Amino acid sequence: MRIIISNASRDPIYEQIARQIRAQILSGDLSEGELLPSIRKLARELQISVITTKRSYEELEREGYINTVSGKGTFVAAQNTEFLREKRMKAVEEKLAEAVDQARLLNVEPEQLAEMLRLLYTEEE
Amino acid sequence: MEHVLDIERATKRYKGFTLDQVSLQLPRGYIMGLIGPNGAGKTTLIKLILNLIHRDGGTIRVFGLDNLASEAEIKSRIGFVPDEPRFHDDATLQSVASAVAPYYTHWDSKRFATLAGEFELPLKKNFKKLSHGTKTKFALALALSHGAELVLLDEPTTGLDPVFRRRLLDKLAGLLEGERTSVLFSSHITADLERTADFVTFVKNGRVVFSNTMDQVAQSWVVVKGGRETLDADARAFLEGVRVRAHGFEGLTSQADEARRRFGNGYVIERASLDDIMVLFGKEGSNDD
Repeated sequence: MRIIISNASRDPIYEQIARQIRAQILSGDLSEGELLPSIRKLARELQISVITTKRSYEELEREGYINTVSGKGTFVAAQNTEFLREKRMKAVEEKLAEAVDQARLLNVEPEQLAEMLRLLYTEEE
Repeated sequence: MEHVLDIERATKRYKGFTLDQVSLQLPRGYIMGLIGPNGAGKTTLIKLILNLIHRDGGTIRVFGLDNLASEAEIKSRIGFVPDEPRFHDDATLQSVASAVAPYYTHWDSKRFATLAGEFELPLKKNFKKLSHGTKTKFALALALSHGAELVLLDEPTTGLDPVFRRRLLDKLAGLLEGERTSVLFSSHITADLERTADFVTFVKNGRVVFSNTMDQVAQSWVVVKGGRETLDADARAFLEGVRVRAHGFEGLTSQADEARRRFGNGYVIERASLDDIMVLFGKEGSNDD
């Protein structure tokens, strides 16, 4: 597992952790049944508070990415990655639809919108 | 949740300063940062917990026990690093450690030897020959060598270089890994606490301004920045502290969402650091202060 925390980021630390673990599960870098470090161990490694780390795990657990078995630890949940990916893609679609609605209101042409998207996409890289 | 430390309306009256009805709870296995400007009452509060000074009101329970009735038991389960560690000046560190050991049921001389090596303590030197930072390291080694379930640190990072400060934070995180030990850590170097503290208690003028999870603090407190001509009476009344400069104002509030509604275009709204909160809280914002 690889986690990099930025203090300069606008995103809260718990969100940065959750996002990176989620991405690694979706990409298959973390595979089903893999044991994750304990909350307190990870907190120590990352030099962040226990509560923040706990919050990341709780979020991932709620979303079904990980499972905690009491006394044994936290594991990457058995999951249908196809299904998860589809779910995430749907979320992307919804956000894009929202952007399209806004663009229509401002009479932005599809080509212009596509260009904006392309710029944003490369900027983030 | 089990509270290792449960303080209810603790009060101490000095001439010219009162620690006024301070309440806070610290659950087992977590770190709480105690922040506040010099003279806010941080040391007084820590001394009250240890019954080093007479309490004028309220109750303090440590490990569920009354801190006066069970003073000896409680103290043997606490590790304490004072802001100015004081031991016999002409005793060597080794002899101080040997003298302290019998007071603790769970004294672990192996652990002490390991920490002394790790902290590079000159065990054969006399205490008075040590720099302030080394005195603190020595007090820390003692505090961590008897299986303490509550570690109280009063401004431990003053006099320590950044390398050792990191190591100290790692030691504390190591204690927390066991889920058994809690830490109360007073500091005005808030960068040390920003990331690692689970809870933060802010005291000012002898009163608790807030005692909350760091997450909650980070979410609710923001700094609003804008042009000074826009700082009207309404805005002043809303803000919990304000500083006016030649080119604009900075205001503090714990109502982040409301601030985003009130101050729109032309303002910058940023998450307040613990430093921002300490500096701005209660500031009246008379010009150029």
